[in-house]
Amino acid sequence: MTANYLPPHEPIDPLDPGDVVLTDPTAAPDVATAVESGMLPAGKPRSSFRRGMEVFLENKLAVAGICIFAFMLLFCFVGPLVYHTNQSLVNFADQTLPPSASHPLGTDSSGFDVLGRLMIAGQISLEVGLAAAALATVVGVLWGAVAGYFGGVLDAAMMRVVDAMLSIPTLFLLLVIVSMVTPSELVLIVVIALTSWLTTARLVRGEALSLRVRDYVQAMKVMGGGSARAVLRHIAPNAIGTIMVNATFQVADAIAFIVALSYLGLGIRPPQQDWGGMLSDGITYVSDGYWWLIIPAGFCIVLVITAVLFVGEGLRDAVEVRLQRR
Amino acid sequence: MLIVTVFTFLLLRLIPGNVAVAIMGPGAYRDPAAIAQFNRQYGFDKPWYAQYWLWLSNLLRGNLGYSWKQNQSVASLLGERLPKTVILVGIATLVALIIAVPIGIIQAVRRNKVVDHFFNGFSTVFYAMPSFLLGILLILVFAIKIPIFPAEAPQGETIGVIFSNFNAMILPIATLALISIALFSRYMRSSVLDNITEDYVRTAKAKGASERRILVRHILRNSLIPIATLLGLSLPFILSGALITESVFNYPGMGLLFFQSASSQDYPVLLGITVVVAAATVVGSLLADITYAALDPRVRYVSR
Repeated sequence: MTANYLPPHEPIDPLDPGDVVLTDPTAAPDVATAVESGMLPAGKPRSSFRRGMEVFLENKLAVAGICIFAFMLLFCFVGPLVYHTNQSLVNFADQTLPPSASHPLGTDSSGFDVLGRLMIAGQISLEVGLAAAALATVVGVLWGAVAGYFGGVLDAAMMRVVDAMLSIPTLFLLLVIVSMVTPSELVLIVVIALTSWLTTARLVRGEALSLRVRDYVQAMKVMGGGSARAVLRHIAPNAIGTIMVNATFQVADAIAFIVALSYLGLGIRPPQQDWGGMLSDGITYVSDGYWWLIIPAGFCIVLVITAVLFVGEGLRDAVEVRLQRR
Repeated sequence: MLIVTVFTFLLLRLIPGNVAVAIMGPGAYRDPAAIAQFNRQYGFDKPWYAQYWLWLSNLLRGNLGYSWKQNQSVASLLGERLPKTVILVGIATLVALIIAVPIGIIQAVRRNKVVDHFFNGFSTVFYAMPSFLLGILLILVFAIKIPIFPAEAPQGETIGVIFSNFNAMILPIATLALISIALFSRYMRSSVLDNITEDYVRTAKAKGASERRILVRHILRNSLIPIATLLGLSLPFILSGALITESVFNYPGMGLLFFQSASSQDYPVLLGITVVVAAATVVGSLLADITYAALDPRVRYVSR
């Protein structure tokens, strides 16, 4: 690697202020990070991955974010195995009961235990969020890497498509598509992914533009390696830091989208329900003051999204340390 | 922009099912002649590119088409709804700026102190909170528990109604403003932090200028430049927020219209609003570039 190489600046995406908000570009590196990032002589050489990990683990908020997210996963997927509730048979005798010993968070309008409902509903919110973010990342990385690697007319054409789609706010695009399909969990994953891969594609294209002229990519081409190999084995893996950070924020966005769609009644359909659906059910009874239909689901949404944002910020700091070394 | 229209148009024409049946009801199947008549009338018997051309040429003449469900032209619907959204978004953004800019400055000046951490937590939570949840919570607290504001936004055809019943506007504006504050104050904080380390600040200090003067005359002016650009760029974010806020408070603006059209599959309206929103986004980022150049003389020197 060239010694005097400056880390590529993340291309600022004018249409997505969402990610930029979370940066703190002026955070001056303290002595410890300066040592780790190689600006000051360190005791012994360590791999950049280790160094990144250390920075990440030092970030208390990021670690807390990971813990909270892990806890919510356990809560939603293991919780129902421990805390047995009836979530399939409507029971109007127990409708909208306030919290009590037998129902710690009360019951909803169909007589379902709210705590048990939170777990079941959370499964859908988290599944859709994670799967949509993963799919969006794969599509975005491939699109961006191909456009950036080949450049020229192909690049221009591919990026015009991205620009055009970006000029429609994602939520509007999402509503248009959802209004045309019958939403199931799988359909929603695909739809959310198809509307949110654009920023990833832009970022990866920027990376690919700088990576494709690197010596090792050139060397591989001289040795007769094909374009597919260059994109898949060299461009994409070397942009992994940017991709990971972006993927984390995609998870936060995807969860926010599925919850918003379900709230608007265009997401998950009954009998399935996610946190957004619980909220839209709860707002029907808001004038009766049934707060337990709203606060728990709302708390879960904010908790999960905040946790993911913290993890994303921590990852970003860690990756920046790695980049300084590259 | 042209690509956007082709793209949206194709997207909406890919709808499964028969448009005529969707509008006239399932009973239309018994009368094929009526379906054929409908298709001829609306041009659905032509290939998609002919339909697109027809729609585009109408668009350029200011004719956005005719709503399938509301028995009104899209242009008149928009003319009725758009000003209301502009009012909501405009006031909320203004309120957000007035509150967010001082918060950002305080955070930057008292960096890593208690105040900074407090507002940081505040803005993270509001940034993570979906706008509809915030809206519901505000209704729960300020309309149900302590009934000081109505839970529903002002209804009615004219803009005058909004101002005559302004009390009902407080909660929708607060919802949209709180979420924008979270965004703007974060930007302001990092923008001020960027400037605090600049050489001219040290120069001003060396000259003996007071803290206050440095802050207001030097740092504030320079920090506001990125915020001005940000305003244009955050338009998609604010419009999405407005869509949700309007549906929570049943505020008869463009966002609610869009949501209702999406639920009732009123495609000409969806198409019309999408074009307007996309145009607003493009104009917003263009304005951002222009204000940036206008406010920061360095940009002009750099450009050819």
